[in-house]
Amino acid sequence: MRKTILAAGAAIILAAQPAAAQNKTIKIGFVSTFSGPTAVIGNDMRNSFELALDHMGRKMGGIPVEVIYEDDQQKPDVGKQKTEKLIESDKVDFITGYIWSNVLLASVKPAFDSKTFLISANAGPHQLAGEGCSPYFFSTSWQNDQTPQAMGLYMNQKGVKSVFLIGPNYAAGKDMLAGVSSTFKGKVVGQELTTWPSQLDFSAELAKAKASGAEAIFVFYPGAAGVQFLNQYVAAGLKGTMPLYTVFTVDELSLPLQKDNAIGVPGAQQWVNDLPGAENKKFVADYRKKYTGLRPTYYGAQAYDAAQLINSAVVATKGNLSDKAAVQKAMEKADFKSLRGGFKFGNNHFPIQNFYLQDVVKDADGQLSLKTVATIVKDDQDRFAGKCPMK
Amino acid sequence: MTLFIEQCLNGLQFGLLLFLLAAGLTLVFGIMDLVNLAHGSLYMIGAYFAATFSALTGSFLLGAVLALIATLVVGMVVEVVAMRRLYGRDHLDHVLGTFGLILFFNELVRLVWGPAGLALPLPGWLQQPIEIVPGVQYSAYRLSIIVVSLIVAGGLYVLVMRTRIGMLIRAGASNREMVGALGVNIQLLYTLVFGLGAALAGLAGLMQAPILTVQIGMGENILILAFVITVIGGIGSIRGALVAALFVGFIDTLGRAFFPDLLRMVLPSAAASTAAPALSSMLIYLLMAIVLIVKPEGLFSAGQR
Repeated sequence: MRKTILAAGAAIILAAQPAAAQNKTIKIGFVSTFSGPTAVIGNDMRNSFELALDHMGRKMGGIPVEVIYEDDQQKPDVGKQKTEKLIESDKVDFITGYIWSNVLLASVKPAFDSKTFLISANAGPHQLAGEGCSPYFFSTSWQNDQTPQAMGLYMNQKGVKSVFLIGPNYAAGKDMLAGVSSTFKGKVVGQELTTWPSQLDFSAELAKAKASGAEAIFVFYPGAAGVQFLNQYVAAGLKGTMPLYTVFTVDELSLPLQKDNAIGVPGAQQWVNDLPGAENKKFVADYRKKYTGLRPTYYGAQAYDAAQLINSAVVATKGNLSDKAAVQKAMEKADFKSLRGGFKFGNNHFPIQNFYLQDVVKDADGQLSLKTVATIVKDDQDRFAGKCPMK
Repeated sequence: MTLFIEQCLNGLQFGLLLFLLAAGLTLVFGIMDLVNLAHGSLYMIGAYFAATFSALTGSFLLGAVLALIATLVVGMVVEVVAMRRLYGRDHLDHVLGTFGLILFFNELVRLVWGPAGLALPLPGWLQQPIEIVPGVQYSAYRLSIIVVSLIVAGGLYVLVMRTRIGMLIRAGASNREMVGALGVNIQLLYTLVFGLGAALAGLAGLMQAPILTVQIGMGENILILAFVITVIGGIGSIRGALVAALFVGFIDTLGRAFFPDLLRMVLPSAAASTAAPALSSMLIYLLMAIVLIVKPEGLFSAGQR
């Protein structure tokens, strides 16, 4: 009899466990850049993430959500410290954000070691797509090489015969240049990497590009550096003679400063504000209503999707986040409506998605904005997925 | 050949811009014996003022002139409020005090202008490239930086070598006790020199602003170069600052332009393009080390101007 009571008691305690483990709040750490010249990017990601929470009623699966924002100052060492702090002292359930590939690469180890799910809302270094892939890592953006690969394909369509590559000397810069070289069929005449993020004077590189005799220039400079590059490109008199092909250089954040310099500069993107779909229309309209005078960017759209991805996992596991395998399985399903429409995860947890050609046009209200012109590539998977041991 | 001419012009432009920054630094260091780490903050303030005033007035030139005057005033106020308390103290106290000023100015700029940074757009006539010799196009704006810097360098030369104030400045750099003992109002002279240094830094900042972003902390990276120039040229020497600034400008630009190609001859291409930016930014420190070994006082020490 005593044994039976003991056993029954044990059963009751065990049965109660999942309820006890249920979270009172879902804690999310958000690491991004909120100071310095690239703070506008971090602000845009935060705005969109907050908007996503508003749309969910600030609850995931009925559980209230708390977000802790941390500033990485665009420095890998600071990003790593903030990540460790979020995991160790704030005990967050998920961690997301990350604009910069070098900051992300410095920060993943504490997340993986503690089995905390990390969702990159922007950076996509090739190291995490291939051999270094992890069950605890997901991306709601792209692998770095994919967007420039799409641009390379477009340059082939345009019949470009030779190109000069310019980009910043850090993880993403090297990925971008490698990406465009992998699909571009013409000749890569030369390439220059510049000190990042301190070097903002590109006179020496532009002069070399001009002297190389290449037909076109391909460039990747995110944030304020893109504004400076375009200014200097125009001032050097290259706009009429050497067409510019870009990724992540002309966007809704840099356009107000780039103005007419950006007209006629094509870019590749997986999300543009005019993509069809009710979710996307609602996102763009609500963003412009909530943050007057601002327009959402792909950075924000990716952060919005990161919030949705987390939500889908919380809902599917009914808030029981201690079962890591179940959370991983739920996230792999990508059971949410992405702003960009079609989207599913590959084996390495990077999305398989379309890439579009975008152009700068005058909007209905007379302002410059980005417009989808064509689909360059459909359902594209990154070229490192095969090297990832996850099946 | 065209490429070489263009890179030389880029080097000249960068060198002259560095000269404006280093001239103020070396004046203050040489005459007032004050290590001013906040010199880069004045460079930043000049750029922010220029962006604000040209947006308000709608004219780039008017904005630049107003910014110059405003930076001069800020410099003199800083001298009266903060710097005065530091003279005669240990150099370490200067470093601590002026480092505090950097933090103060960065935070002040964040409060007033916000964290995002500003753009200073150029008027159309400065945006177009011009043909300097047949076949060589060069940015009109960079050319105007060269011209303005040369005029300022000439003006400084006349001021320091040909006027009474300049005589006092030179004398102060060599032996300030003696100048004070001769009945010169050294306090006023110091305020003027500091204001002049601030205006030069502000001019460098506002001229750089249309090329780079106007942002918080923009003066800190470039200040390191200015200190290197001061050391190479000899502390307190304007002529030394000019020569050293041109050296550094040329080495930095030509290094960035041609070093990667040299490196590609011995290294695989990918490794060379990764290593080159890091290595070429070391070249100027190498130059500084060599100068310090050969002439520990710098190329033109204050005694032999």
